Amino acid sequence: MNAALPGAFTPAPSFFEATARQRVQQLLDAGSWREFLPPPTLASSPHLAALDMPGAFDDGVIIGAGLLGAKAVLVAAQEGRFMGGAVGEIHGAKIVGLLRRALAEKPAAVLLLVDSGGVRLHEANAGLIAVSEIMRAVLAARAARIAVLALIGGSCGAFGGMAIVCSLCSAVLMSEEGRLGLSGPEVIETVMGFEEFDARDRALVWRVTGGKHRYLMGDSADLVEDSSAAFRQGVLDCLGSQDTAPATLASLRATQKGLRARMTRFSSCRDGSEVWAGLGISAPQDVPLLERDALIGLKKGLPA
Amino acid sequence: MKLPQLLDSLFPDGHAITVSGQTITGTATTARGAVAVLGTTEGAAISHDIALTLAEGILDTIAQYPGRPLIFLVDTSGQALSRQQELLCLNGSLGHLAQCVDLARRQGHPSISLVTEQAVSGGYLSFGLMADRSYACTDAQVRVMDLKAMARVTKIAYERLAALAADSAIIAPGADNYCRMGAIDAIWEPPLAVSLEAALAEIAASKGMQDRRMAAGLARGGRQLAAGVAAAVLAAS
Amino acid sequence: MEKLEFTLPACAAPASRGFTQSFALCGVVASGNLEVLVGAGAAASVCEISVTTSARGFAPIWQALLSEFAAQNPAGGTRIAINDMGATPAVVSLRLGQALCEYLGAER
Repeated sequence: MNAALPGAFTPAPSFFEATARQRVQQLLDAGSWREFLPPPTLASSPHLAALDMPGAFDDGVIIGAGLLGAKAVLVAAQEGRFMGGAVGEIHGAKIVGLLRRALAEKPAAVLLLVDSGGVRLHEANAGLIAVSEIMRAVLAARAARIAVLALIGGSCGAFGGMAIVCSLCSAVLMSEEGRLGLSGPEVIETVMGFEEFDARDRALVWRVTGGKHRYLMGDSADLVEDSSAAFRQGVLDCLGSQDTAPATLASLRATQKGLRARMTRFSSCRDGSEVWAGLGISAPQDVPLLERDALIGLKKGLPA
Repeated sequence: MKLPQLLDSLFPDGHAITVSGQTITGTATTARGAVAVLGTTEGAAISHDIALTLAEGILDTIAQYPGRPLIFLVDTSGQALSRQQELLCLNGSLGHLAQCVDLARRQGHPSISLVTEQAVSGGYLSFGLMADRSYACTDAQVRVMDLKAMARVTKIAYERLAALAADSAIIAPGADNYCRMGAIDAIWEPPLAVSLEAALAEIAASKGMQDRRMAAGLARGGRQLAAGVAAAVLAAS
Repeated sequence: MEKLEFTLPACAAPASRGFTQSFALCGVVASGNLEVLVGAGAAASVCEISVTTSARGFAPIWQALLSEFAAQNPAGGTRIAINDMGATPAVVSLRLGQALCEYLGAER
């Protein structure tokens, strides 16, 4: 009977290319995934329907529980291909509910597979408030000493409010393909002009927002290859070493000092390559071409 | 209302507030004691510098004045839009500011934000929406994007968005919509000091640090799905 | 946007149902794409299909395409829901096949 049908779907090895459902299946221990509110439990977004647009059965995010290296984790994975992974009312409430659930379940970690342009404009106010609720819920989980990890390697990257959410997590893990930033290059180009940020210059976009740059600057704790297996290993490494202590006055003072110093030090830079030169990298023009392992080695050798 | 009149209306018992560029820092006296005042003016676009200045003000308050309430005055057009700002991870500095507000809450500092003129997206997320309670002055604008720009970006006719906005709080700008959706607790009419004092008393009497906005949005009818979905996630087997 | 409902004769899916997976979902709601959700239906001799599509006026094409799918595949006893953003008939057929295969495969 299978012969009459197209073959069963074979997961793509690339994390970037995979759907949210494939990413979760590939990331977790085989057979351990249990989705919360799976389709068709929830109705599709009525706000999209009101604008005559079809919704998705999961509103663009899947949430659930599973095991990773035999450790219990809760997972939310955004689907970047649906509405750019943007946060609407149901989408956001699912993530908030998951983070609140973590307070009772005390998993080894909550994994946020972020693939999102930010707030869903079609549900703008609901989306913005939901992002704020996610921010509060991430910090509540961290205050309860639960690690919250952001994994960024999808086609939409992590932008807008979801980028702020990422910066609140215990750690960020990115692939080179991943991008992290508050305003997308297209938004900056539209408002401030092509001279400010040419969004079509993909190499420039990656030098400003991409995984390598964020890793070299310390905004991403790790840089992993573009595969679910690499993200899985990255999470395992992180759970082994991660300090789950919540923020304190002393830790935020130290962050404050670091951010101020870096703002002053790199205030004249407008391109990643200028920042990398400032970090002490002798051949910054070669950074985009370096393999992941070589880049990790390069960062370890930089002056502190 | 101009900032000097606004400050006098909020703090008739006196204040020592400095405006440097578009950043507001200082202290004020209220009927319930001294408060720290931090915020932005003239539709500030929140940059690294502004975010870090506000964060520093919060950390200093935590360090020097245990339990002192934090009053955030919000007038922001959003986040700073530039390549240089993004290069240094602007989301990180706004996140740091949000974390400072959250730490203050956990260390027993009540926080109140008041949208004085406008509150937009990332600028509002980073501190205004992190406070225990958020309020807005009459005529204050709160939005993600105005409807005309939204129509352009979503390729949905403006007339259609405007028609939808007439009976839904979900999409259209407006402090009243954020009120119906649970994010803003009330719109304040002058004299502002009376509202401020009542708000400080209400927070002091309330227990717990739970985010109440979903329940408020449900009760006020503006956001009818979120609370049920989050509760269903908690109950899911 | 248009909502369409079909109840189509189909030969029964294999009876041995383990219910390790109560649904299968393939595809994403994105331009030129669709998502197909397959779950258990009410009657073994029919396939019930509901379609939500962004494109208006294509009911006859959906009718023809889905009738052929139901007639040629063991889709009896299933309920299928589709969210479509203007996918071509070829893409619709591909996703239907993937989703049904995944659903039946997981149930054996």
